[in-house]
Amino acid sequence: MLSKRIIACLDVRDGHVVKGVNFEGLREAGDPGALARRYNAEGIDEVVILDVTATAETRQARANTIRAVAGELFIPLAVGGGVRSEADAEAAIGAGADKVSLNTAALERPGLIEALARRYGSQAVVVAVDAKREGARFAVYARSGRATTGRDAVEWAREAAARGAGEILLTSIDRDGTRRGFDCELTAAVSAAVNVPVIASGGAGSFDHFVEVFTAGRADAALAASVFHFAEHGVAALKAHLAKRGIPVRL
Amino acid sequence: MSADGPVVALVDYGAGNLASVRKALAHLGAAVRDARTPADLDGAAAILVPGVGHFQATVALDEPWRRAVGALVANGVPLVGICLGMQWLFEGSAEAPEVPGLGLLPGRAARLDGDVKVPHVGWNALAIARTSWLLAGVPDGAQAYFTHSYAAPVTADCAATTTHGVTFASAVERNGVAGVQFHPEKSGDAGLRILRNFLDRAAGR
Repeated sequence: MLSKRIIACLDVRDGHVVKGVNFEGLREAGDPGALARRYNAEGIDEVVILDVTATAETRQARANTIRAVAGELFIPLAVGGGVRSEADAEAAIGAGADKVSLNTAALERPGLIEALARRYGSQAVVVAVDAKREGARFAVYARSGRATTGRDAVEWAREAAARGAGEILLTSIDRDGTRRGFDCELTAAVSAAVNVPVIASGGAGSFDHFVEVFTAGRADAALAASVFHFAEHGVAALKAHLAKRGIPVRL
Repeated sequence: MSADGPVVALVDYGAGNLASVRKALAHLGAAVRDARTPADLDGAAAILVPGVGHFQATVALDEPWRRAVGALVANGVPLVGICLGMQWLFEGSAEAPEVPGLGLLPGRAARLDGDVKVPHVGWNALAIARTSWLLAGVPDGAQAYFTHSYAAPVTADCAATTTHGVTFASAVERNGVAGVQFHPEKSGDAGLRILRNFLDRAAGR
């Protein structure tokens, strides 16, 4: 049976892991390669590097970070943040990424999804959808949640998959950083609408939040950043908890 | 990171990104040679055919490639196919029915079916079907990373099966010819063990 994936997100700025990280007592503080090694040893299923620097002149710095992380891993590695063109994708994949995650660039130029899927295969193309509740619907936001797009999240996910996205990385803007749990309603709506895997993101604060998003939320994978940095929230302990609840995981 | 191991020819026919495979083989001490033409196979101790994407891409592995690979296999050089490369070992695939596979193994790849998401993406378990050099030391139930929509049938050559909607051949082996539907270069310790077994076979161990 296909396992539910647990994905660690490394939010990286200028080559250092940032955002919600409790570094206390950790020698590897801020070092993406060291953090990736630790996650790998704990049994993480996949790693995403989200580069929040994301300007053109940082392409080389980003490549160095990708190389450092890829060198520690023999599991899938995705890279997002600032992948805005075929050249950005080529640089990321050339440095060792298996997948690139498109967000604002795909909204502005949906043809980029097709171009990258044609060149690298759909398995290498993730489309990240940042969604926010507006009444009974979920609206898509661009530019790290700052810009409205007028698009509906379910419709956009369906279009992205039809254009060749191999996976949808779905973040709830409402829940992101709150630790109140994933938005299971949003996740289930998108998961039911597409035949590609949906990675739920935003709101992880407890092991049971993962149980919920894999059952009620129908997620294929779940992503979190800071929740893994705390000792009591280790990847291995999370997976043992999920297994006890009958959720298929890789142990 | 020594490179004093056997020379592995990594067949580059434009189907996907070879960086991960190259990195995993180098990590295990193999000397990797990118093979872009059949002549690049000369003197190789082993052949690896990777590949992701559409079966149509294997059309690039034309008659000169087929002759060169076939001649080496006949001389006992081990051949492993990964993902699309494994499907190519068979007679063909429903994904591109007019494109012939290498045909070393009987059967054809078919589209995954059932009440499941396709493509099949993620970690899934290997049910070991029989003893093989390829999967030596890999425990029954070990998980590997998959990403594919088509799969090969369970035949006498099957060394492991996996179930996603249907049960398919996730590893095959016949003498020195073997293949895996999953990505050993992305499958953690279990995957590295499989690549190690391939290199050991190439070194005659």
